Amino acid sequence: MKPAIKVENLTKYYGKFLALEKIDFEVREGEIFGFLGPNGAGKTTTQKILTGILKPSGGQVSILGYDMEKDPYNAKRFTGIVPDETNAYVDMNAWDNLTLIGELYGMPKKNIEVKAKELLEIFQLYDRRKDRVKGFSKGMKRRLILSMGLIHNPRILFLDEPTSGLDVQSTRLIRKMITDLNREGVTVFLTTHDIEEANQMCDRVAIIYQGKIAAIDRPENLKKAVKAAQSIEVSFHRQVEIIKELEDLPEVDEVRKQGDKIRLFTREPGKVIRPLVEYAHKNRLEFLTLNTLGPSLEEVFVKLTEDKESVAGV
Amino acid sequence: MFKDGESRIKTMIQGALVIAKKDMKIYYLKPPVLIFGVLFPLFLFLSFAVGRNVPLDTLVPGMVGITLFFTASSVVPLILPWETRLKTLELLISAPIGVNTILLGDILASFIFGIIISLLPLTLGLFVFGANLVYFPILVLNIILSSFCFSCLGNIISFPPTSEPSQIMMFSNLIRLPLIFISGIFIPVSEMPAWGRIIAPLSPLTYTTELTRFALGGQTSYSPYISFVMIALFSVVFLVVGFALHKKSMPKRVQNL
Repeated sequence: MKPAIKVENLTKYYGKFLALEKIDFEVREGEIFGFLGPNGAGKTTTQKILTGILKPSGGQVSILGYDMEKDPYNAKRFTGIVPDETNAYVDMNAWDNLTLIGELYGMPKKNIEVKAKELLEIFQLYDRRKDRVKGFSKGMKRRLILSMGLIHNPRILFLDEPTSGLDVQSTRLIRKMITDLNREGVTVFLTTHDIEEANQMCDRVAIIYQGKIAAIDRPENLKKAVKAAQSIEVSFHRQVEIIKELEDLPEVDEVRKQGDKIRLFTREPGKVIRPLVEYAHKNRLEFLTLNTLGPSLEEVFVKLTEDKESVAGV
Repeated sequence: MFKDGESRIKTMIQGALVIAKKDMKIYYLKPPVLIFGVLFPLFLFLSFAVGRNVPLDTLVPGMVGITLFFTASSVVPLILPWETRLKTLELLISAPIGVNTILLGDILASFIFGIIISLLPLTLGLFVFGANLVYFPILVLNIILSSFCFSCLGNIISFPPTSEPSQIMMFSNLIRLPLIFISGIFIPVSEMPAWGRIIAPLSPLTYTTELTRFALGGQTSYSPYISFVMIALFSVVFLVVGFALHKKSMPKRVQNL
């Protein structure tokens, strides 16, 4: 089966600045693929090249087997795009914005009308369809942009920070829509800062840092790979004033106090439990909770980018 | 490949019409268009004509020519900087249409605007000032061809990859204003000094004014055939040069999106 997106040796220079350095990855059809990275890492540049907005300095991008450079018409035909900034035509109304996109993708008029009505109803904008977008709230504009990205029934949906800065209601609506679409077979390329969003929604995640791919895997595999970020979370019946003794326990790399809990970071959680129980007994402490925790995706992200920084000598 | 030959041209025309429809909805009533495309030529012409005994065969062709020139070349330079600033250009570039289709749509919108607005001074000339319309088909063809030619010129003017419409409007006046003084708008080419008669053929507006004068029964320096050929030639050159310049500047423009 052809990958939905195939990226080979993708390189992008802005003048002399190297924004992307020979990156490779594939996105399988039907998966939600998260693209994570700190600001300036190359996330948006990658997405803009994948959607044919920017031209790469080198390498190849193919969308459903169509080369973006050689056959941009077909490569673009199957993609829907929801950019990070609201870029609907604010001087036009919601309905006209939707029909414009439908017409640009060559849809028949009747199909545009049916689909536009359906999407505006789903995104709770139908009653405001004749209002100029200028007067819409941020959440409404975001929902409209998502509708515009979906009007032509794309097979691949590119989303750049889709829920950034939105209220809870809009965020939930958009996340539900994304998972529903994915269930119907739409491949989703999700660029996000929100690591928890990626953790919850993505089948696989790529972490990009300084224009290079730091890691690609399933979120849980990435968490397993970063052993140093495993920890034991413990809380006692009373406050522990001195945590130095905990740091001296065997196999404990670091101790952090987080609210009324203490986290002991270790590569070997099993070997820490017994000394910890002895420590509690010696200090007459009673356990309220004792949990072993894997790293969060955020910790994986920080760890991977820190490693890259130290390798680069930053 | 998805698009080849005839179907590719058809798709390009369909795409350009979609873009033009969008431009007409958004840009026709934008203040810079109304100021630089309608009011500016009107006041410029009034300052020339009011209080002077300008002959009818100079007044009406000049009025039509200057209006057509300014209106047809005023919409298209505004669109790309505006769309760059609001990032709506991203929507268009990521759609399965080429950059030239987007440009052609913008040219079309400007072309239609030029035709519509030029009817105002023409109506005024015919029904208020009492000018005689001798060759109606020539007038119509002249307005259509000239409007397209000036829209293509406007497309060239919009090539710098800025997101500031005001910068482009200033740049546009820097190019357009000198042209009106060498194009027989205020003084017919035949009455110009020798140096004026040498440089007048370099301006497409000269041929528009000459054709309008001919259609209204006035004396002209060039035959209508030459004028039509020259306007068509200018149109093709402006169109090709505009596409080439935008091809060069577009990567820089999209970096700002």
